[in-house]
Amino acid sequence: MSTFRANFWRIAACVVLLLVVGVSLSANWLAPGGYARQYREAAGAAPSHEHWLGTDEIGRDRFARVLYGTRISLLLAPAAALLSTLMAALVGGLAGYLGGAWSRGAMAVTDLFLSLPWLFLLITVRALMPLNETPLVSVLVTFLMLGLLGWTSAARVLCSTAGSLRDSDFVRQARASGIRGTRLFWIHVLPNLKPVLYAQFWISIPAFILSEANLGILGLGVAEPMPSWGSLLKELEGLVSVGEEPWKFVPLALLVVVVTSFQLVLSKPDEVAA
Amino acid sequence: MLGRIARHGFVIVATVLLGGLLSATLVRLAPGFDVDEQQLDPHLNSESVRVLHQARLDQHNIFRFYFHSLRRAMHGDLGTSVSLGQPVSTLLRERAPRTLRLVGIGLLLSWAVAMALALSAAGLRLSAYDTLTTVVSGTFLCMPAAVLALMSVLWNVPGALSVGLIVFPRVYRYARNLLAKAYSLPHIITARAKGLSELRILFWHVVPVAGPQLLAVAGVSVSIAVGAAIPVEALCGLAGVGQLAWQAALARDLPLLVNITILVTTVTLLANSGADVIGHMLRGQEA
Repeated sequence: MSTFRANFWRIAACVVLLLVVGVSLSANWLAPGGYARQYREAAGAAPSHEHWLGTDEIGRDRFARVLYGTRISLLLAPAAALLSTLMAALVGGLAGYLGGAWSRGAMAVTDLFLSLPWLFLLITVRALMPLNETPLVSVLVTFLMLGLLGWTSAARVLCSTAGSLRDSDFVRQARASGIRGTRLFWIHVLPNLKPVLYAQFWISIPAFILSEANLGILGLGVAEPMPSWGSLLKELEGLVSVGEEPWKFVPLALLVVVVTSFQLVLSKPDEVAA
Repeated sequence: MLGRIARHGFVIVATVLLGGLLSATLVRLAPGFDVDEQQLDPHLNSESVRVLHQARLDQHNIFRFYFHSLRRAMHGDLGTSVSLGQPVSTLLRERAPRTLRLVGIGLLLSWAVAMALALSAAGLRLSAYDTLTTVVSGTFLCMPAAVLALMSVLWNVPGALSVGLIVFPRVYRYARNLLAKAYSLPHIITARAKGLSELRILFWHVVPVAGPQLLAVAGVSVSIAVGAAIPVEALCGLAGVGQLAWQAALARDLPLLVNITILVTTVTLLANSGADVIGHMLRGQEA
């Protein structure tokens, strides 16, 4: 019964994710006005037939911005996760495979990064980069930075897994039969790291979505007029009360639903069943 | 035990020194570091511009800058903040107590709520209750830290509550799993079958099993709380070290940023090492 319930929630989470991705990819058709078009006569308007979620303070359609922002966050967070996973595979996997001083050196670097709180590291590095760049560059810089900094904890896991693979029987046998160096790593070690790599990739996506949102609220994320979940949530800063304009919470609700769906897809069956 | 403490001490010193050097290098390599807006001030005479230029030149060689900073720090001089024009030691002394209070209260709140929910969920073993607590903690886990900080401004609640709500779901998740695992151990099931009271089972059988791992979580939770203090202080307008870190990063204030990095790294490493040493002591006593 509990397994059925766990599978039900996982399937539901997958359906939600597919639905959100599908709708955000259809933004061009659902919101043909685009995310930057200003309806100056209707600035700060409440939801209506023309603007389902109202307009922001400079008259841009909030529904269109949510759709386009979701698309940006949901397409680039996996790209950043892919980059961080590849870096973790390269650094952690190779360090674990080579062992000895390589492993100790790589883990010292990893420990150095992990000793700094993630948000502190992120804010510091992002603030040191140019902030007055074009929106497209700001999107790329933000997600590239997430990918380049987010590999450390995954590298630690991969180093330990690769280390145990190095001493396994099949690798010793391969080594005894003359396979060495990069060939041994690519053919025998790396394919066995795949399950860990997949897990790290999926874990990184919601973490990067939340990180981008944090940076956006603090004004260090994607530059205007391009929307992202972070820049959409920044609107909550000017709110006086929750009941006054509840539609402003739609991006937050969507973010929570998407991140929860990722957590449900990733969680162990007993955790979901609880 | 002494060897373990010495090893931790060496790791802390080495990591802190490297962390400081890393942050100094990042700031030095950041685009636009060479440009100082103050030099463009038309009210400054050529001598003042030359002094400002010289001050920047002194920071060009990052190793020399870092070495001089460390030597001065040995004598209690942490340098002067470029953006705020005040001694870094004064700034940190003024703001550290506020952050310490914020992080301390936040940690206490988060641990109190997380342990109360985890213990009741593991003890009661009611599916509906477990689902409810998991959903509550999961909702907070899926919210950006900065949103919780904004909510505390909106509802006019103390910033420490935001820090508590940011840390709580992470602690709850681990605590619940650890306690559930401990409660399912054969000797605890036997103890329950023999009619031992819940309190006795908890303190005599569950805590010794889950305690050392919970201590490790406590060490990590300090790091999470310190990280959470940055958006909370920045968005709630609290003048603490978190807000100072935020201002230092935006102003590319090299002396301030290096010292804050060293402080933050020291605090997180001390918390993790302290948890590890205490956990080792507890395991040693058990053995």
